[in-house]
Amino acid sequence: MSSGLTIAVPRGALFGGALDLLDALGIETGEVRSNDRRLLFEDAGIVTMRPSDVPTYVEHGSADIGITGKDVLLEQSHRNVYELLDLGFGRCRMVVAAAEGGDPIGSALRRLGRVRIATKYPRIADRHFSQTGRQAEIVEVKGSVELAPLTGLVDGIVDLTATGTTLAENGLRVVEEIEVSTARLIANPVAHKLKAEQIDAIVERVRAR
Amino acid sequence: MRKPRSGAGQPAPSRTTPIPPGTRDVLPDEMRELRAISGRMRTTFEQAGYGEVHTPALEYEDVLRRGEERAAGARYRTFDEQGAVLALRSDMTIPIARVVATRYAEVDPPLRFCYFAHAWRATERGVGEPREFLQGGLELIGPSAPEGEAEVLELTIAALDAAGLRRHRVGVGDGSLYRRLLEALDVPAERHMPLLECLSRRDLVGLETHVSALGETSERERELLVRLPELRGGREVLERADGPVADAVQGLRALHELLAERGVADRVIFDLGLVRELGYYTGAVFEVYDPAVGFALGGGGRYDDLLGRFGRALPACGMALDVKRVHMAQAAEEALG
Repeated sequence: MSSGLTIAVPRGALFGGALDLLDALGIETGEVRSNDRRLLFEDAGIVTMRPSDVPTYVEHGSADIGITGKDVLLEQSHRNVYELLDLGFGRCRMVVAAAEGGDPIGSALRRLGRVRIATKYPRIADRHFSQTGRQAEIVEVKGSVELAPLTGLVDGIVDLTATGTTLAENGLRVVEEIEVSTARLIANPVAHKLKAEQIDAIVERVRAR
Repeated sequence: MRKPRSGAGQPAPSRTTPIPPGTRDVLPDEMRELRAISGRMRTTFEQAGYGEVHTPALEYEDVLRRGEERAAGARYRTFDEQGAVLALRSDMTIPIARVVATRYAEVDPPLRFCYFAHAWRATERGVGEPREFLQGGLELIGPSAPEGEAEVLELTIAALDAAGLRRHRVGVGDGSLYRRLLEALDVPAERHMPLLECLSRRDLVGLETHVSALGETSERERELLVRLPELRGGREVLERADGPVADAVQGLRALHELLAERGVADRVIFDLGLVRELGYYTGAVFEVYDPAVGFALGGGGRYDDLLGRFGRALPACGMALDVKRVHMAQAAEEALG
């Protein structure tokens, strides 16, 4: 069954949870599960993409609704989309981490007046340090952020962690928690008005779960 | 190192001369279509008695600030030879309010004006976001609610019909509704801001979180605060909103009756969660949609206090459409068939 809506579904860590949710809503996901490389599933009204692209497709109306992490929404806070529901799954934490032993962040601030932070989330990192009254130089990286403090590129990192295992394996520890993130249901602002019935039907069914 | 040779399949070396971010050049094919659309909208407005006006692109910054504090905020500014601060206007509503108070100071209302003019806004958005907009709109000065709203909405719908759109709808809400609900429920004033900010950011999850932290309200009241922004649709949503918001909704009911008389009620979506960012709106607010595109085509509302700030207190309301977005919607509708 299709919902009469186009739904943006994130591949990656939220993929399983998102498909389970759609199953529970009676939306056919078998084809999506069995097809690793296809991106567009017209019969089911599903498009798959990386989580950070979901707000883009939803804002432009290429998808009516979508599922993505709160971390993505915080990083792209300028996106004009409705945040309708906290879906509860995909729980993880946005944290500041630094090398175990010593206090590299505190000592950089004390002696150099600023701290260097590597992250894939430059807006969240910048906001967090400026809101806590500390001067930070944000270094944006695309790959494994854990590498940056180990090589002396930065004093600490801002990153998402679910279990903390990767941090620990690289000799890093969490020093501050910025935000807890879970999956969210978002909607295009025009679809929210013009397809109100279909969207409300989904919201009601998720709430009743 | 050898220079790459340009040839078949190779782009020519860059010789582009830049223009400021958010601006663009319009070439003849597009210009012809934009002209056709604005021409048909203009004819609709003029036949209804709305004379076209033009005002300077540059205004004194403090004049814009008198209209709305934020309208004079982050934007393009310059100085004249006297050292006065000039700013590019961010909409046409404030300049027309100035015109009405100074050039029509003795003329009895109602006054009707339309315009097709550029406005400039600085955005914090990504690359390529427009900062220069061609707006086509109208202002109706004199009539109060709901007669003014009904006329503006009917004309907006007619102008978009003339522009070639078929599926457009106008969302209508009341910008003061949520604030009044908070007051009616005795929510302490210092708690209002976070709730209104969530509403304006369309963050309904944040809204629910802030509402559940309001200790001194009943469960029914909290339900009302969370569910109000979800009420949108035809006249039936006005029936569902009662209790403390009944008064505000009464105004929208009266508007619905007038729209039904004008035969356009089915083109309007009542949206009790609708808010507009500009601070001068005092009552009804509008937003224009087309299902073929994912963004609003324009918006407007009632601004009964604005003209008073320029020395002539008169009720007024208006609408501004982004002509380029109307064009995009028209092209998308055409493609859908």
